[in-house]
Amino acid sequence: MTAIVVTVTSGKGGVGKTTAVANIAMALALHGQKVTCIDGDIGLRNLDVILGLENRIVYDLVDVIEGRCRLRQAMIRDKRLPELYLIPAAQTRDKTAVSPSDMVRLCDELRTEVDWILIDSPAGIERGFKNAIAAADRVLVMTNPEVSAVRDADRVIGLLDADEKGPAALVINRLNPIMVRRGDMLSVEDVLDLLAVELVGVIPEDENVVVASNRGQPLVLEAKSKAGQAFQNIARRLLGENVPFLDLDSQNVFQRLLGRK
Amino acid sequence: MGETSSSIQIKGIRDGLLVTLEGAAWPELVADFIKNVDERASFFHGAHVALDVGVHELRVAELSMLRDQLSDRGIGLWAVLSTSSITERTAQNLGLATRISKPRPVQVREDIELPKDAAKWVRGPLRSGARVEYDGNVVVLGDVNPGAEIVAGGSVIVWGRLRGVVHAGAQGDDKAVVCALELAPTQLRIAGGIAVSPKKSGKSAPEVARMMDGNLLAEPWQELTGR
Repeated sequence: MTAIVVTVTSGKGGVGKTTAVANIAMALALHGQKVTCIDGDIGLRNLDVILGLENRIVYDLVDVIEGRCRLRQAMIRDKRLPELYLIPAAQTRDKTAVSPSDMVRLCDELRTEVDWILIDSPAGIERGFKNAIAAADRVLVMTNPEVSAVRDADRVIGLLDADEKGPAALVINRLNPIMVRRGDMLSVEDVLDLLAVELVGVIPEDENVVVASNRGQPLVLEAKSKAGQAFQNIARRLLGENVPFLDLDSQNVFQRLLGRK
Repeated sequence: MGETSSSIQIKGIRDGLLVTLEGAAWPELVADFIKNVDERASFFHGAHVALDVGVHELRVAELSMLRDQLSDRGIGLWAVLSTSSITERTAQNLGLATRISKPRPVQVREDIELPKDAAKWVRGPLRSGARVEYDGNVVVLGDVNPGAEIVAGGSVIVWGRLRGVVHAGAQGDDKAVVCALELAPTQLRIAGGIAVSPKKSGKSAPEVARMMDGNLLAEPWQELTGR
């Protein structure tokens, strides 16, 4: 096995990187893939909470890097999907505890054991970001359909190009089709027009995401959720399938009342 | 203050020393400079150094190696000045300043006589955070996104959408123009003039902005050709 390392990053904070990593990782695992997620947000870890694995942390990323435990010992196995693992971030340290070459070494060690390594990057473009992208084979840049998030995504895409980590692929999160139709929100086309990169996913705004995150039960586990489906589709696209984008527009109240179609 | 070799100039400035490395190839310059430093270790020790590397395009490896070499000798490198955007970006990545408090010495332009129509050719898109600085004209093939900056001594032509900040005629040439397929810069400056794009709607056409009687004017390209 030679794993593909995928880093999810954004520049701006709060656009949904961690949620995306949790969901895409679960979706890949549901497809029978062996997946390890790494929380790169040292000092502000979240991925464990969203995956519902918080109470099972014994060792973390910094313990592995500083040699206090073996890699295997820091990999927390998910109870729901046995092929899904998490390497949590250290909460009591900061980004300088890890260097980009540490991340490359760690991922190289992991590569032979799993199919996918998903790295959750912290916000920003400093050390934590550099750590997160150092080992990446592919980078997903996450943005929301708002001007400030798109501006930061643009900056990050430029940095990735300069670092020869490009071309980045784009995920647009929290799109609200009703607001887009009213002209109150940037559309997918508006965002692509500016960023001019490949699109791998559009996730509709869904308040269940918050509920799911709080419960530690990522949305992909719920078949009915549109956002969950959108994450499933991203996983399938990463696996090389050609999946059409969800038609977010058609889902209005009347159609829902009339049942399918 | 003093001259030491043909390619290395050392000047005292308010913020320490300004070292200008010019002329030779980069490895040679570095070797010369380090030799220089070693010969006068007591003069350099504890110095706060800004480096002007002129047109040299430096990668992270090269610059960080020099910084390490200098710090081994008790010299703190805090700024790197360059006309190359690659070098500037490298310096920024390493957390170095790319500007010293007073403006860049303009004497560089006397040394390198630019042909009148020299232009820097840049492949786009220029994304947020990118900065292109050139003493002559600048031509960009691709979009210039919001958050990107172009500073040109001459004119700027953008074959794409111009939505970043652009300054043409940055050294005072008010004959400079800015053309773009879609002219919607965050801010447009020509020589000393400064303007923001009006809110536009509908189809956009290629436009050219120029200075006329002290005002910045943007006009559709067609009108100028007399059609």
